[in-house]
Amino acid sequence: MSTWTRKDLTGLDELSAGEITFLLDTARAFKGVGERSLKKVPALRGKTLVNFFVEPSTRTRTSFEVAAMRLSADVVNISATASSLQKGETLKDTALNLQALHADIIVLRHSSPGSSKFLADRLELSIINAGDGAHEHPTQGLLDIFTIREKFGKIEGLNIAIVGDILFSRVARSNIFGLLKLGAKVTLVGPSTLVPKSFEKLGVRVSHRIDEILAEADVVNLLRIQHERQRKEYFPGLGEYISIFGLTKARAEKLNPSCLIMHPGPINRGVEIDSDVADGAQSVILEQVTNGIAVRMAVLYACAGGAGLPA
Amino acid sequence: MSEPDRCDCKSRTGPDNQASPCLDLISIAFLRDLSGQSMKITRITNGRIIDPANKRDEVADLWFADGKIIAHQPGSETETIDASNLVVSPGLIDIHVHLREPGQSHKETIASATRAAAAGGFTSVVAMPNTSPAADSAATIAWIKDKAARTACVNVFTTGAITKGLKGEELAPYGALVNAGVVALTDDGHCIQNHEVMRRAVEYAKMFGLVVMDHCQDYSLVGDGIMHEGEWSLRLGLPGWPRAGEEMIVARNILLAEHLDSPIHCQHISSGGSVRLIRDARARGVKISGEVCPHHIALTDAGLASFDSNFKMNPPLRTEADIVALIEGIADGTLTILCSDHAPHAAYEKEVEIDHAPFGITGLENELAIFHDILVHKRKAIDLPRLIALYTSEPAALLKLDRGTLSTGAPADITLIDPSLDWTFDKNASLSLSQNTPFHGHAWRGRAVRTIVSGETAWSLS
Repeated sequence: MSTWTRKDLTGLDELSAGEITFLLDTARAFKGVGERSLKKVPALRGKTLVNFFVEPSTRTRTSFEVAAMRLSADVVNISATASSLQKGETLKDTALNLQALHADIIVLRHSSPGSSKFLADRLELSIINAGDGAHEHPTQGLLDIFTIREKFGKIEGLNIAIVGDILFSRVARSNIFGLLKLGAKVTLVGPSTLVPKSFEKLGVRVSHRIDEILAEADVVNLLRIQHERQRKEYFPGLGEYISIFGLTKARAEKLNPSCLIMHPGPINRGVEIDSDVADGAQSVILEQVTNGIAVRMAVLYACAGGAGLPA
Repeated sequence: MSEPDRCDCKSRTGPDNQASPCLDLISIAFLRDLSGQSMKITRITNGRIIDPANKRDEVADLWFADGKIIAHQPGSETETIDASNLVVSPGLIDIHVHLREPGQSHKETIASATRAAAAGGFTSVVAMPNTSPAADSAATIAWIKDKAARTACVNVFTTGAITKGLKGEELAPYGALVNAGVVALTDDGHCIQNHEVMRRAVEYAKMFGLVVMDHCQDYSLVGDGIMHEGEWSLRLGLPGWPRAGEEMIVARNILLAEHLDSPIHCQHISSGGSVRLIRDARARGVKISGEVCPHHIALTDAGLASFDSNFKMNPPLRTEADIVALIEGIADGTLTILCSDHAPHAAYEKEVEIDHAPFGITGLENELAIFHDILVHKRKAIDLPRLIALYTSEPAALLKLDRGTLSTGAPADITLIDPSLDWTFDKNASLSLSQNTPFHGHAWRGRAVRTIVSGETAWSLS
């Protein structure tokens, strides 16, 4: 088995297939903790985790907080408005102060690509990337892969379609890097402005016709489409987007019955995904949320707790 | 002709400190006379003299006295410099340097930048006007020239802003700037987006014989781009800065230079497409020119994989294909100037998230070595005389400077170069106030070993 020697998780691009598999296997061992009546193990007792979210987030922050609590870590949440970044302090200085408080782990959400790596290279404590701009969101990528692997028992050879605003999506990047390392075939689908053909240099296939990929897909992972005001030069409007790329009921019927429908949330019902389809039998959207806890427990444990699976 | 400003690095002593008449008109007998009265005459011996302005490349001796190159005077020298195995070059000229004064002396000063320039082999630098305040008035030019006269150890030439406050809207007062001594106009760091403003700027500058130098960046295409738009920007999730963002403005400048029959110089060309545009335009006689910085042929966008802000500059590092195109452009005469775009920033300013960090790196102390190593030594795209021309006769011709030559009577600005010296760059030994460079620990072949400005040694390799 691959052993984990990293203090940080800044992205899936830098991990080996063995390291990714190690985190997935560790997550599987932790998943059971959440199903017990006493949802707690002492793996990180005495450790202090700081949820440092410079960009707003509810879902990811809460997931990390729950994961840390289940590992018996102490958790502090700070946000951009409450931090000294508002007073002009640099990110590095703020993080050095947290280190001086003997925090053990910083979970960082930040709008700048590379911000987690920037801190990881300069601090001794563990940095967990909870999303750095359009770069990576490695725990989201891991929980997506974990969910797929749980359903299919493997990743290798699966046809995974990721649909939507790929250009600006850190979720897409972490999925691409992780899935390719584990041998999946990845197809990116969306308008040519948000899914330029040059993405194929990363080893994926690019398609601008969702109807052509539905039948062969084992997984359709739908990304949230930003409101048209924020992307007005990229596509003409939500109506046109839905007609060309939305997972409507008609399109969902063309899917293989075993195909999983995934979404990192928050979903826009009636935009990238039809409301009934989001709630349908093929949707694993809420299982992704549940699996997120186990994956984050595994990441925190691997980076700050030690090697090996919990007893 | 504008006079540069500098002070002497070493205080001069003795009678040679006195004013003397122009030496190229002086008879040999008179000179002998002076030497008999202890005038210092220096003879550089056994060097390979490369003087592209005079199409000269030979092993010979070079004499200078009282700050000027003089005719051969065997036996008259009072000082000898052994240049065996060295190249004796006209003092190098860097036409693209950010001195950071006035207003940003925490990044660099005229004193520290010119010391770094001397250590890189440069006897003349051309200062960019994006200071604080911007150099858009005679008063600011006068301030820079006064500070340079007191603190600079190489020649400092000034440029004026094209537009007031570098805002791209209203023309700066070129008449006053010319009288104050600027050698060119540029809004470097900014680019005039309004084509009518650019057209009138070039048209008005023509009256004064001024070259307009342009930082070529289409703001709408580049947006908040911070790195080359390509595989690496997709991988890293960083906003892309597409080639077309440069090419659009290069094309604009070609059309305006052609329409007005007036020169426009395109600064820090980074894109292979720009090279093609400039090549085609020059072939039909358009007065368009371009310059290249060392990082654009030494590094690619892959350098940003580490999110190190020392790989972030504007325009950005591009791809191997662009490097090949730039080198072809240098080799075939499309691109006629080499320069650094020396852009010092304090460590704390660069030590931030990549998209918050300022653009730019230092370059004065290693540009010659990088260009020599890549263009002459490794890729053999040009020979050493051409490399020296790109740093001497070419920039002097573009900006009409009375420098860049070893002609008798010219200022004794001389750079001694050891083209076979292998060395490793240590940023901690830099003379610049800032060490923002991606080249720490890089090894190259060739470097300047002694820099002589108006007959005085401004720097030598210890």
